[in-house]
Amino acid sequence: MQKTAKNPRVTVGALVIMLGSFAIAPGVASAAEMSAVEEGKKIAFHRKKGNCLACHKIAGGSLAGNIGPALVNMKARFADKAKLRAKIYDATASSPNTIMPPFGKHKILTKSELDKVVEFIYTL
Amino acid sequence: MKKLLLITAAISVLGAPLVSQASPEDDLKVFRGYFMERFPNVPLEEFANGVYAIDPASREQWEAIEEFPPYEIAVDEGEELFNTPFKNGKTYASCFRNGGIGVKSDYPYYDTEKGQVETLESAINACRTKNGEKPLKWKQGDIASLAAYMAYTTRGQTIDIKIPHDQRAVDAYEDGKRSYYARRGQLNMSCAHCHVDNSGNKIRADLLSPALGHLSHFPVYRSKWGNLGTTHRRFAGCNKQVRALPFKAQSPQYSNLEYFLTYMSNGIPWNGPGARK
Ligand code: HEC
Ligand code: HEC
Repeated sequence: MQKTAKNPRVTVGALVIMLGSFAIAPGVASAAEMSAVEEGKKIAFHRKKGNCLACHKIAGGSLAGNIGPALVNMKARFADKAKLRAKIYDATASSPNTIMPPFGKHKILTKSELDKVVEFIYTL
Repeated sequence: MKKLLLITAAISVLGAPLVSQASPEDDLKVFRGYFMERFPNVPLEEFANGVYAIDPASREQWEAIEEFPPYEIAVDEGEELFNTPFKNGKTYASCFRNGGIGVKSDYPYYDTEKGQVETLESAINACRTKNGEKPLKWKQGDIASLAAYMAYTTRGQTIDIKIPHDQRAVDAYEDGKRSYYARRGQLNMSCAHCHVDNSGNKIRADLLSPALGHLSHFPVYRSKWGNLGTTHRRFAGCNKQVRALPFKAQSPQYSNLEYFLTYMSNGIPWNGPGARK
């Protein structure tokens, strides 16, 4: 709450976007989910955190690598969000030889960071 | 026994085809064949040029850099150091075959007396201590200049590393190979993940160079470093990238890794010192 007060312009911006999304699909995203998506994006793009752009093309990110597939159509690819989370938690569980780091298993991201990244990736 | 079990576990987890017990000759065939197929337009000797063998865009810049090579001063310095007598009056030339000219091609080799892999750098420091001088630091500075000069006089020879039929030499080779395919660090990646499986792909904005020919041109001047560095300095850098604790320069781990990786470049010209981003 304190953060919101400190940065009123961002709050207003977020509100506008939120209202917009409510208008299209009522009840899809709560305020908490919206900020989780925003934070998740920051974590995913941060070089010292997810650094997902090292390997994946992701809308909104620049200088992406091409080691992994572009992250698009995530809801279609992962009907079950838990499966997406599992992939990011430990990609070697489903692809034993993968280069993708086990973000959860090796504690590269904390549980809450990982949850936020999942929220963001699921919007792609 | 415990150690053996651990190794077996590591191999079965990886399950990569190259980690099986094949002879070095067989490994080399498979390794080289993989890259020749992956980069069908790149002739074998071109792999001595790292990322510039596969990337026409950065190659032009690199060729311009090679007109006034940034390692030239180091080569001159190295020559001077090489010819400056130790306090006892002897020079480096006394420690090497052919007076030390054109002999980088002898390294790394398995030294049956010492029972370990000898690298050019370890031979340089062995020469110093034998002659009552203090050993040099391993990763940069005078040792890199000396190695640069010695690499320079070796240019044009072909890499032809031998793995003798001595079980200890084969073990050193196997250890280096295991190291190359072993996952490491918090990011859990092996050397092969980046330089075999994903060679030619981009990790963020960096193109990953093929492992074939990787050790033809060391020591290397890197613009990122602003000076020359040895092979083991590069290894440590790549280990740190995946948040692994690097091994010490000239540790058995890195020397064995160098032994394996140089052997994998047999047939490619020695073209050190090199310049890279
Ligand atoms: C070093 C390379 C690398 C990094 C860094 C990386 N990935 Fe991946 N990722 C891959 C590769 C390769 C695959 C395809 C093979 C597999 O499934 O593991 C993949 C697959 C995926 C998939 C499955 C895609 C699909 O359609 O099946 C998702 C989702 C994913 N990554 C998300 C992420 C996220 C989120 C991050 C950052 C927090 C990330 N990756 C970081 C290499 C990477
Ligand atoms: C996360 C990816 C990654 C991993 C893992 C990795 N490297 Fe690298 N390596 C790079 C990048 C990026 C460069 C610089 C661009 C290039 O030449 O490929 C590089 C460069 C090199 C070079 C210099 C190539 C040249 O032409 O000068 C060598 C040698 C090398 N790596 C060896 C290794 C070894 C040995 C390991 C394992 C101990 C390893 N790398 C692990 C990414 C990696």
